[in-house]
Amino acid sequence: MGILVFVECAEGKVKKTSLEAIVYAHGMGEPVTVIAMGKVDNAELESLGKYGAQKVLHADDTRLNEEGIEAYATVITDAFAKEDSSILVLANSSLGTPVAAIVASRLNASLATNVVELPDTSSGFVVKRSIYTGKAFSRVELTKDKKVIAIRKNAAELKEVGGTANVSVFNATLTDADFATKILSTEKATGDILLPEAEIVVSGGRGMKGPEHWGIIEDLAKALGAATGCSKPVSDMGWRPHHEHVGQTGIKVSPQLYIAVGISGAIQHLAGVNSSKYIVVINKDAEAPFFKAADYGIVGDAFDVVPKLTEAIKAAK
Amino acid sequence: MKILVCISHVPDTTSKINFVNDNTKFDTAGVQFIIGPYDDYALARAIEIKEANAGSTVTVLNVGLSETEPTIRKALAIGADDAVRINAEPTDSYFVAAQIAEHAKSTSYDLILMGRESIDFNSGVVHGIVGQMLAIPAVSPVMKLEIEGTKAKLTREIEGGKEMLEVNLPFVAGCQEPIAEWKIPNMRGIMSARTKPLNVVEPVSVDSGIKLIKFEQPPAKGTVKMISADNVAELVTLLKNEAKVL
Ligand SMILES: Cc1cc2nc3c(=O)[nH]c(=O)nc-3n(C[C@H](O)[C@H](O)[C@H](O)COP(=O)(O)OP(=O)(O)OC[C@H]3O[C@@H](n4cnc5c(N)ncnc54)[C@H](O)[C@@H]3O)c2cc1C
Ligand SMILES: Nc1ncnc2c1ncn2[C@@H]1O[C@H](COP(=O)(O)O)[C@@H](O)[C@H]1O
Repeated sequence: MGILVFVECAEGKVKKTSLEAIVYAHGMGEPVTVIAMGKVDNAELESLGKYGAQKVLHADDTRLNEEGIEAYATVITDAFAKEDSSILVLANSSLGTPVAAIVASRLNASLATNVVELPDTSSGFVVKRSIYTGKAFSRVELTKDKKVIAIRKNAAELKEVGGTANVSVFNATLTDADFATKILSTEKATGDILLPEAEIVVSGGRGMKGPEHWGIIEDLAKALGAATGCSKPVSDMGWRPHHEHVGQTGIKVSPQLYIAVGISGAIQHLAGVNSSKYIVVINKDAEAPFFKAADYGIVGDAFDVVPKLTEAIKAAK
Repeated sequence: MKILVCISHVPDTTSKINFVNDNTKFDTAGVQFIIGPYDDYALARAIEIKEANAGSTVTVLNVGLSETEPTIRKALAIGADDAVRINAEPTDSYFVAAQIAEHAKSTSYDLILMGRESIDFNSGVVHGIVGQMLAIPAVSPVMKLEIEGTKAKLTREIEGGKEMLEVNLPFVAGCQEPIAEWKIPNMRGIMSARTKPLNVVEPVSVDSGIKLIKFEQPPAKGTVKMISADNVAELVTLLKNEAKVL
């Protein structure tokens, strides 16, 4: 019995969505063991006790410093068996989701990704998933003994519940087959706030007229401690990198605050932002459809409003 | 090269999502169906690879009931050579994966392309499960895919960046932009699609371990509060004191 939680680390820190996964698992009321990989120090892992982890297994094999999906899946499957766990919880991400698929297949477990709240166990084991790109939910029962649950951001609210976790080294059996997909290199923006994790996002659309005008978006983002995003045409035209593209075919964000500047609010863009807590829209066209999905709106020219807003935020701090 | 492209048949991205039968069934009334947008990228890349490698074939596969045939014909019109429809309601991603794997076992494909995720289930797992069932690697989400002999070089999107990978054929990839540009069928394609083979196969039975209880709509959004462009300080005050997000 017990729940295993896989946590992702970035730059030596456990990612916030992974902390949410620990809180989520703790909320199910069973003992929680965490499995972490690669480069991360002991103090960081011990601190996971705060969120409800009793035990932390650290697979510190240096080959795991690279985020290989197959290798990670093998370590997790191994830990799941050794710990005699019944449920695996992890955060949806470009690493977590494919890992979940592999582990669930190997364990012959029921699998649900995109889960948005704690399971309802009053009759069976029922989870709520976000479907149709945020336009609906489904409640599905996971009927197998073993279960793999990938949660979406904000499925659990971070809170401190415990003390220090017990950290031990986990020796996983890895073979060459686990490294069949070779990672040649990675390119990663360091230091930036990652879009899928961000609490505040400032996005610009075609209304920004060109990449040379992104300075005002970046200044506003900086004043707010926000990540920057964009609409699809903006990344299609190469004004901004592809990993900033928000929407149906891009990143789905769920921040506390989403600020859209010069974005019309096409339904495909809205599909990526509809789980934001608050939406602010700045657009010079009062008829822009985005206003219908917004909590606060300003009709005005971005080149006038955005710098003023940046100043007002700085002044309020 | 033998390429398999798995396509989902999903509501157009502008559709309103409603349910019937006491919230247990998707309401298809007035809904236009399309090839999943990510699957459409996979298909476009498959056709490009076929065109660059003489003697290659592209097979499209859909798990769905007969109503999906127009969507499958569209994929044939775009340039796939033949199609397979597994005659079953795609109830969940594991079920779909098991059907795809069953078909792929009997035909050895060099490459299996899918979308990174379906836009109805949004699971992002069919490729990973199929990879396991066939004991071949699965990579997703793939932004770039170049075949180099018996190997392929891929670019995978990771949070805040990308990762360059090398993998041996055969493998499964979940595709997304900018892997290729969506292709629009031309008149000749549409004509020839009518006579291309579309084989209907009965499903295998699987226990996917998932049972639908019901669907739900998200809560309705409140009305927007408009603020004058001359008074942005008011917005800051509202964000601070009313929304409490600053
Ligand atoms: C299958 C499919 C998937 C798609 N997926 C996505 C997706 O994931 N993400 C996405 O974003 N789109 C997606 N799209 C595209 C989508 O339909 C829209 O075309 C796109 O979102 C429009 O981008 P935009 O709002 O930046 O540009 P536009 O629609 O051109 O809007 C620009 C806006 O800027 C305003 N503006 C102009 N000048 C100023 C100024 N000086 N100050 C303030 N405002 C100004 C205008 O009033 C206008 O509202 C998809 C489309 C399809 C068919
Ligand atoms: N019913 C289906 N028939 C064929 N392929 C599918 C079907 N459903 C999903 N797929 C493929 O699997 C991918 C991932 O789907 P999912 O795991 O449901 O998000 C999709 O992008 C499609 O390429």
